[in-house]
Amino acid sequence: MATTPTPATSVWQQRGRATLLALAAPLAALAVAMVIASIVLVASGSSPLTSIRTLWSFGTELETLVATINRATPFYLSGIAAAIGFRMNLFNIGVEGQYVLAAFLAAAAGAAIDLPPVLHVTVIIGVAMLAGALWAGLAGLLKAYRGVHEVISTIMLNAIAVSLVVSFLLQRWQTDSDGVNIQLDNIEPSGRMPNINWLLELFTRDVDEGVELGGFVLLAVVVGVGYHLLLNRTRLGFDLRATGANAEAAEVSGVDPRRTIVVSMLIGGAVAGLVGLPQLLGIDHTYGLQFTQGLGFAGIAVALLGRNHPAGVAVAAFIFGWLDASALALDAQDVAPSEVVTIIKGVIILAAVVAYAVVERRRRSDEAARAAIATDAPPADPDSTSSPELAGAGS
Amino acid sequence: MSQVPAIELRGITKRFPGVVANDQVTMVVQPGEIHAICGENGAGKSTLMKILYGMLQPDEGEILLHGTPTRFGSPKAAINAGIGMVHQHFMLADNLTVLENVVLGSEPRKGLTIDRSSARADLQTLASDYGLDLDANALVERLEVGERQRVEIIKVLYRGAEILILDEPTAVLVPQEVEALFTNLRELQAAGKTIIFIDHKLDEVLAIAERITVLRQGKTIATVDASEVTSGDLAELMVGSELPDPSTEVSTPGAEVLAVRDVSVTGDETTTSLVDVGLTLRAGEIVGIAGVEGNGQGELVELIIGLRSPDQGSVSYNGQDITGWSVRRRREAGIGYVPEDRHRRGLLLSAPLWENDMLGHQTQAPFTRARTWINKRATRSHAEAVIDNFDVRTPDADVAAHALSGGNQQKLIIGRELTAGPELLIAAHPTRGIDVGAQAAVWEELREARTAGLSVLLISADLDELIGLSDRILVMFRGQIAGEADPTTVTPRDLGALMTGAGTPPAVAGTGAGQ
Repeated sequence: MATTPTPATSVWQQRGRATLLALAAPLAALAVAMVIASIVLVASGSSPLTSIRTLWSFGTELETLVATINRATPFYLSGIAAAIGFRMNLFNIGVEGQYVLAAFLAAAAGAAIDLPPVLHVTVIIGVAMLAGALWAGLAGLLKAYRGVHEVISTIMLNAIAVSLVVSFLLQRWQTDSDGVNIQLDNIEPSGRMPNINWLLELFTRDVDEGVELGGFVLLAVVVGVGYHLLLNRTRLGFDLRATGANAEAAEVSGVDPRRTIVVSMLIGGAVAGLVGLPQLLGIDHTYGLQFTQGLGFAGIAVALLGRNHPAGVAVAAFIFGWLDASALALDAQDVAPSEVVTIIKGVIILAAVVAYAVVERRRRSDEAARAAIATDAPPADPDSTSSPELAGAGS
Repeated sequence: MSQVPAIELRGITKRFPGVVANDQVTMVVQPGEIHAICGENGAGKSTLMKILYGMLQPDEGEILLHGTPTRFGSPKAAINAGIGMVHQHFMLADNLTVLENVVLGSEPRKGLTIDRSSARADLQTLASDYGLDLDANALVERLEVGERQRVEIIKVLYRGAEILILDEPTAVLVPQEVEALFTNLRELQAAGKTIIFIDHKLDEVLAIAERITVLRQGKTIATVDASEVTSGDLAELMVGSELPDPSTEVSTPGAEVLAVRDVSVTGDETTTSLVDVGLTLRAGEIVGIAGVEGNGQGELVELIIGLRSPDQGSVSYNGQDITGWSVRRRREAGIGYVPEDRHRRGLLLSAPLWENDMLGHQTQAPFTRARTWINKRATRSHAEAVIDNFDVRTPDADVAAHALSGGNQQKLIIGRELTAGPELLIAAHPTRGIDVGAQAAVWEELREARTAGLSVLLISADLDELIGLSDRILVMFRGQIAGEADPTTVTPRDLGALMTGAGTPPAVAGTGAGQ
């Protein structure tokens, strides 16, 4: 008993300590990433200080922050899509294929129909979510009823989705307008997502000409809140988390593992369907060969860095978006190669994984110590038959 | 007994956190004998063999090999000293041939390649010397269980073992294969090998061994000559004969709550088949299930809670046929479950206690609203009430379950199951691995709930607990109900005999239902 901490620590001290621990991991990861990036910069003959100063001064401009949010929005959606599976230990790495296929089909549907403004956008979003959900649902069904591991099936579905879209359907359905770019017909203006610069300008100054804050950031917020409510406030969310924490205990508690697998894949796929829409409905208004790929894999990193937590994923998406947006300045001002940003991203993730593990261990031992005080026995010694309090526990 | 023992263990003690697996174990094995080690699950047999085979190091005591004090730092050292072990779960590469498996890890070399012809010659010699009939070129995946075991034995002999340890070798065999194994073992003995044979099936032990050492709760109870004991004596040595401490007042059972009728389930490599199992359980009654682990109790529990569906037969609950019901539907109907392994099946270790409190009841009031939303506030206050009423020692309901001691985790599980107001509770080993105080608390709760009309199916390896708490005891053996015993008259010795398939049961009854 000599080593147990004093029980005098107040609730607030404990909470403060817990918060500090929670923040310590990402901050440490950032710091480590900065140090390593600096070493790389020095090695490649650039000045870390100038680079950081350039990143900072460019990155804090309003226009860069708008660009950051625009880049962070698909990262966030992709991160949440992956996180839903991760919370139940379902390693859904199929967001890539789900969003590419969904964006393509949504673009085709959006160009084919003509509806009043709000309805048109709503239908396109609906098509995208449905396509993403069904594509992901395939992997769910394979896992639930045929025991095919989701990593295998989603990798294959990614390949099928991308080649189906790029090599087959896009060729068939492409518009014959200019013959240079292979792309679908344009979506009419009624099916485009308006920018929300008005909302931004309520709080700040007018942004420069040509800078638009994409409207999908609002949908991302809705998705984030929905994810939080689903996970923490609904029965389904509890079943999902229980399966992730201990699949066997969850099954014994009445969770149907097959149904949960399929449902979580459907929800994740529906969110994945949204990933390509900011670009489709806000910028390109069509699907073509130039359509951004790789957002699905970025989402895995974002979910990992954000610990599958709705706010954590938002922070991670923002960091990734900011690094991408600010990196342009490095090349533009010839300070350092912008690829250094890729190194920073990679190191952040590695460092975060390590830091989270360290913090988690620390938190556990804190908790065990607290519980031990409450039981009047050190945790490593269940041989407590000599304890008079416990011997009388039956009364 | 004037010769130098092949192996002598003196005062071997091995502690794990919270448990003494071996407590001053002493044992003498003579060269050329077949020596059996008997004991209940958890008696310390496996730990002792792992120490002898160098997989574990003893905290105290010494091992004498042919009279010389020895320490084995690893299985490799034990093998070099001539000790080989045949594990209960075979360690063979399925996609290699018998020959390749036998030489794997100690291949005879010819330059850079394996000297197959000399390996084959060695294998042939071993096989014919000891009557171990095997096709050297057969793929292991095509072999029967008994043949695989022979491969394991040859593997050990190939490495020059003079002393063979067999860990529950008959557990995986059908009776004819057991006979073949025993013939092989006698041939090995005739060739001068020493055999240590771990088992808890008393008839087999008496058939093959010359001397038997009995372990109970980590201690050596006795070493006896097989010719001088009966299986009844052995059963008594194994399970002990202390009189039960828990006692139950007489209750008047009510209506039939659970009826399992003629259920059969086909098992596989890891599970036991159930054969025509029938039992009934009435309100206000505790029915105990006795049996050596692995005789179908786990499968019976899974059948009733809905994790396993029967090939034939039915399960009914309060007069309704629930054979096709999901686990969730059964739990909503009032079937509670205290699982045998709380970490694996009972808790979300990383989740806070208040979430663990709703586990298994998350679809029911007060935890949910409108069948969709979780009522966090009500759940939390429910958890706090369980923590208070069942004396779970914790700072608050937000602590993660892994921080609690085993006894407190178990009190939380019992508390949440009983507070949910079940009509039927399946309690599998409810006091396993918890301290005496918590054990008394759990017994008390079960007794009170029974008086209030709860039906309890109590599965336990603790015979005192079974005799003390149960109104009736059913004994399971090899997937069948082997008999029924009256706890007011039965002794642990009788129960032990029934459990190990030895002796005549005092009253063989199929328990009435559906016969």
